[in-house]
Amino acid sequence: MAIEVRIPTILRSYTGGAKSVEGSGDTLTDLLSDLDSRHAGIRGRLITDEGALHRFVNIYVNDEDVRFIGGLDAKLADGDNVTILPAVAGGSLAIWA
Amino acid sequence: MGNLGRVLTIDAAILEAIVAHARRDHPDEACGIVAGPIGSDQPTRHIAMDNAERSPTFYRFDSMEQLRVWREMDDRDEEPVVIYHSHTATEAYPSRTDVGIAQLPEAHYLLVSTREPDTTEIRSYRIVDGVVTEEPVRVVNAGVDQHAVQSYMFGQSPAEVDYECPAGS
Repeated sequence: MAIEVRIPTILRSYTGGAKSVEGSGDTLTDLLSDLDSRHAGIRGRLITDEGALHRFVNIYVNDEDVRFIGGLDAKLADGDNVTILPAVAGGSLAIWA
Repeated sequence: MGNLGRVLTIDAAILEAIVAHARRDHPDEACGIVAGPIGSDQPTRHIAMDNAERSPTFYRFDSMEQLRVWREMDDRDEEPVVIYHSHTATEAYPSRTDVGIAQLPEAHYLLVSTREPDTTEIRSYRIVDGVVTEEPVRVVNAGVDQHAVQSYMFGQSPAEVDYECPAGS
C-alpha cells in the first residue's frame, strides 16, 4: 500500500512528467523526504530553508488543507491521497521584495 | 515553449463577465479563472473565485475552493487557461508580487484595472520564471454587445487588437 501524490504541472519536471507518483510516510514530512529520495529537489520546492511549508504551495490530504490538520506533522495512512497545488495569489501591493 | 506570438483569444461574453465581477468586488481585488480543454488554449468556462484575502491590494484563491475547482477541471479534462485578477487603484500591469508568486507558466494572466469608473483597462501577460511578456487580447463574438466591448481599453496598441465581429453586426 502506498500514498498517491498528485503533482502539479510546474513540478512535473521532478517526476519525469508524471501527474502522480506514489510515496510512503507516517507524516507529511516523512512523505516529502521519501519523495525527494526518488525525485531529487522536489522537497525544496515545497519546504522553505527554515523547514516550513512554502507559503504559496497548497498541500491537501484527501479533502483537507494540511494547514488545518497539523501542517508538516499531518498524519498519513496507506491509501491516502495527497494533492499538491500551486497557490494562486498576488495583488497590486508590492510586498514581494 | 515560446512566448513570442502568443495571443489571448477570448469570447466577449466571458470578458464581460470578468469585468462585471471586478466591478462588483471593487474596491477589493477580484480573482478567478477561465477553464478550457487541456491543450486547446481556449478559455471557455468562467469561474469567479472568492478572494480569501478580501483586500483592495491582495488576492488569494481560497484553498478549499481551489481544490474543488481544480478537481472539477481534472474530471472534465480542463486546465486553467486564464488566471485573472483586478487592480482597483493601479494600472493593469503585474506587480512584483504578482510576478513573484505566479506559478502557472502556461496560463494567460489577465489583469483588469477598475481604477477608472467608466473605463476598464484589460491586459494579458505570460509570466514565466519571473519574466513578464505582454500579449495582445483578441476578442471574438463581440457583435452581441459592441458598446460594452468598446468601453474597454486594451494595453496593446490598437493595431495588435483584432476584433472579430460577425458580419453585419
